[in-house]
Amino acid sequence: MAKAEKLQAPQGEVKEMRLQEALREALRYEMARDERVFVVGEDVALFGGAYGVTRGLLQEFGESRVRDTPISEAGMVGLAIGAAINGMRPIVEIQFCDLLPLCMDQLVTHAARYHYMTGGRISVPMVIRSKFGTRPGGGPSHSGCNHGAFVHFPGLKIIIPTTPADGKGLLLSAIRDPNPVLCFESHHLYGIKGPVPEGDYTVPIGVAAVRREGRDLTIVTCGGMVLKADEAAVELKTKGIDVEIIDLRSLAPLDKETILKSVAKTKRAMVVDEGPMVGGVTSEIAALIQENLFSDLKGPVIRVGAQHLPPPHSPPLVEAIIPSVDRIVQTALKLAGGK
Amino acid sequence: MLDTAKRKEMLRMMIKLRAFEEKLEELYQKKAMFGSTHSYRGQEAIAVGVCSALEATDLMASYHRGTGHLIAKGADLYRLMCECLGRLDGYSKGRGGKMHMGDLSFGFVGNTGTVGATVPFATGAALAAEIRGSKEVVVSFLGDGAMNQGVVHEAMNFAGIWKLPVIYVCENNLYAMTVSVEKSIAIKHVAERAKGYGFEGKVIDGNDVELIYEETRKAVEKGRSGKGATFLECLTYRWDGHFGGDPGTGYRTKEELEEWKQRCPIKRLKEKLIAEGNLTLEEFERMTAAVYAEIDEVAKKAQASPMPPKEFDLESVFAGSEVAHG
Repeated sequence: MAKAEKLQAPQGEVKEMRLQEALREALRYEMARDERVFVVGEDVALFGGAYGVTRGLLQEFGESRVRDTPISEAGMVGLAIGAAINGMRPIVEIQFCDLLPLCMDQLVTHAARYHYMTGGRISVPMVIRSKFGTRPGGGPSHSGCNHGAFVHFPGLKIIIPTTPADGKGLLLSAIRDPNPVLCFESHHLYGIKGPVPEGDYTVPIGVAAVRREGRDLTIVTCGGMVLKADEAAVELKTKGIDVEIIDLRSLAPLDKETILKSVAKTKRAMVVDEGPMVGGVTSEIAALIQENLFSDLKGPVIRVGAQHLPPPHSPPLVEAIIPSVDRIVQTALKLAGGK
Repeated sequence: MLDTAKRKEMLRMMIKLRAFEEKLEELYQKKAMFGSTHSYRGQEAIAVGVCSALEATDLMASYHRGTGHLIAKGADLYRLMCECLGRLDGYSKGRGGKMHMGDLSFGFVGNTGTVGATVPFATGAALAAEIRGSKEVVVSFLGDGAMNQGVVHEAMNFAGIWKLPVIYVCENNLYAMTVSVEKSIAIKHVAERAKGYGFEGKVIDGNDVELIYEETRKAVEKGRSGKGATFLECLTYRWDGHFGGDPGTGYRTKEELEEWKQRCPIKRLKEKLIAEGNLTLEEFERMTAAVYAEIDEVAKKAQASPMPPKEFDLESVFAGSEVAHG
């Protein structure tokens, strides 16, 4: 049995809320439950975070546990590592994922390697939340999608919540995880509403979700692209192509089982991602599929991702490089049009 | 004022640090050690003076030239030697080597080969203490070379604005690998930089173990009472090259080395204790022989211990999926 959840409404008491509110729910819930949890970041306290995720936490938990920091991303991640080593559960907000490269040494050479390099003696339980998503006006330093780059580094867990329920459930799991977890939050999804279970609701890290079941083609994707893939699937249904959508939810560990089970059934696969294709999420998953299912496939594993360019500023330039519903539909038709 | 027993213990500890480095150097020359040594000879007063002023619950973060810090803070010599030799019984099971370890059982936050990288870890460990109101103080050992790394300054700024209980112990041995401080730092004393972050920076004799103990004790008291960070610039000199393959010449003069050897921290304390009538030469020689014999034994045992098996475990990068060795 695959570990992936089928697309279904969360059970029990639920509340409608946006992804940004669901993420805040997770922070509030765990800060109330576990006094080791604290939040640091630029403008997270008084202002409530650049995207409002940490709004109200200062008033509820006080300035010792909700701290505005100077503009020192690398230092802040390093401090979080030290605090985690000394028994705390820090949560760091890095406003844009484009700022994560400032923290690379602390994050990938140290946080990610600490447990291994100390022979398992020390672990670094910390969460780094960061926004990703290419949008007009963001430009090269404020609207990148570099989530794929972090998959390269052993020792990091990477989550990308899509629904508000996953926002709460995955973030809660991340805070409780004894390892460094990177949480990439999509700019395109912050404002989207959905039902979120009340209380202690967790979603396991490393388990994908089947968002739509289908027979003809599997689309493996994550983040904001799940919505585009879904729109494309609706259109493809009218053209006789039945699409299955796998929402990865975690890039590391990767739920290989769910991906391979789906493609073994549909025998056609497309990987869609908002980040650049070269050396990214799409190439990794395409390789996984062909290594395991080459003889079952009815066609090549096709990738639909961003062009190998920095994220641009102007709307037409953004539209040109980021996967569109139409590009997904046209690519699907090429792959499965003849069936 | 330090009592005689404590000062003799500090003397014995400095000898231990030196004996350990000399043994490592010997093993390195015999190719029994993988990677390289980073000898601490000449700088022993700093690790010993600082760590002698700490409680067992206080923490310490180190760097590449870290064996001395570890031993002075209470590391197990056998596990440390094993790690240097890539053995399974090492602190990191042979995965890290002498530059990559960490063990909170003796308050050791960790060390690494990226210069300056552990300074924010020490600062963050102090932040943890500050948030929960626990009273531990954290020492961040760093070299003069680290004083030009960005994260070091970011971390020191955090310590300043949040009044964190951290003590930055800068071991200024005058050379960052082969580049002298004159060529890399435009001011005379790096301690002056602490002022820019809102806390005190002192320049002290890094070869005077008693002075270092005393200054650390004051800094610990300050940190523990919520008055924030201290920066101690300890002026010293490494007797050997930067690493095993560096003779340490070419960028330094013989005269300079000889002059610093005259200020040997072990010799200084030994002579002082003898002059006071608190130590005899015979006692010193007995102490030294016992320490060297202990290190010999440790090295023998470590060399006879098993290497890690030639296999890998993909889960070992994550906590929650394995049990620490020993």
